[in-house]
Amino acid sequence: MELTKEQCREIIARRIAKELKDGDVISLGIGLPTEVANYIPKDLQVYFQSENGMIGGGERDFEAPGNAHITNAGGIPVKIRPGAVFFDTLTSFAIIRGGHVNTTVLGALQVDSHGNLANWMIPGAFVPGMGGAMDLTVGAKKVIIAMEHTTNKGEPRIVQDCTLPLTAAHEVDMIVTERCVIDVVPEGLLLKEINPNFTLEEVLESTGARLIIPKNLVA
Amino acid sequence: MVGGFLRCGSPVKVIDEIIKEKIGDLTLIANDTSLPDFDRGKLITNKLVKKAIVTHIGTNPETVRQMNAGEIEVELTPMGTLVEKIRAAGAGIGGFLTPTGVGTIVENGKQTMEVDGKKYIFEKPLSAEVAIIYATKADKLGNAFLEGTTRNFNTVMATAAKTVILEPEEIVDEPLDPTQIIIPGIFVDYIAC
Repeated sequence: MELTKEQCREIIARRIAKELKDGDVISLGIGLPTEVANYIPKDLQVYFQSENGMIGGGERDFEAPGNAHITNAGGIPVKIRPGAVFFDTLTSFAIIRGGHVNTTVLGALQVDSHGNLANWMIPGAFVPGMGGAMDLTVGAKKVIIAMEHTTNKGEPRIVQDCTLPLTAAHEVDMIVTERCVIDVVPEGLLLKEINPNFTLEEVLESTGARLIIPKNLVA
Repeated sequence: MVGGFLRCGSPVKVIDEIIKEKIGDLTLIANDTSLPDFDRGKLITNKLVKKAIVTHIGTNPETVRQMNAGEIEVELTPMGTLVEKIRAAGAGIGGFLTPTGVGTIVENGKQTMEVDGKKYIFEKPLSAEVAIIYATKADKLGNAFLEGTTRNFNTVMATAAKTVILEPEEIVDEPLDPTQIIIPGIFVDYIAC
């Protein structure tokens, strides 16, 4: 079944939102991971950590010009939620690298069967820099990858071994795409759920790594 | 070194002065190279930087262009590592061990060490001749208050350069309330206004 890009992103963001628990400190990467915030149940109290120095950042501040002194990690002025706190980059990365973030949700160019993540450069083509992604991947207790299952050209993003430069080695815990949910386990990639809009064959065909398929897999 | 995270908490007036005076051949230590027409980004656009030690250049296509053309050297560093390197210099520490970057190209050419079975990269301190930092409000002793998310690298850079220039948006005559002070004035050499 063909899904639009918007449908794919919503499926992914909604599914990841279910992984979050009350009291969690969460850090969302830019792009698709940010959309997870839209689907968190209202009765769940989670704390959004922003690497530029804030917990409790909220919606974009559309009231012109916004307060230029309070921005998110994309440099955009945002409102703050009750209980918000500001800190400098040093404290921000004590939180991140020190294991005080429960879950980080990050995008990916490639993820592989060893839980390796590549999301910060394509040599010669795209070299934006790693920003805080390497620290987040190493430091967060749980690393969830939010990405469309294949590239725009239909090539697998889930591969046996990453060919792009790594962001971090052996740190990914879970991969969520519009087609399936995968847990990274010591033996490799465990297929946990399939979106009923897709068949197992469609998932396997579009995946570049061996998947462990449990007998009781729920489609 | 220059404070700021993208456009937030950047010492814009001192940067404009550097551009006016055409002070070039600079090594820029900063979180990012901002946007081409703003703060640190202008230093790049005006070709005053020969080397940038930063975590991210994705918001400034001019940095990317100069890097690809071989006009500027860019040393990309993980954000948590960069801030800790600066802290180490400012706090008199000879380096530190971090798990960030293990198994990636960041590890290349660096010493590694295992502690209790876990692998770490040894990272050295990083200091500068001059730090240019932002404050929202300062008193005449250089004690500074920084609002919201403007603190970013400004606090740690205040400790790690031979000469520290503080650019507050507002200077007050009376000393600030001590409980409000985020950067102690003893780190500050000059106040720009």
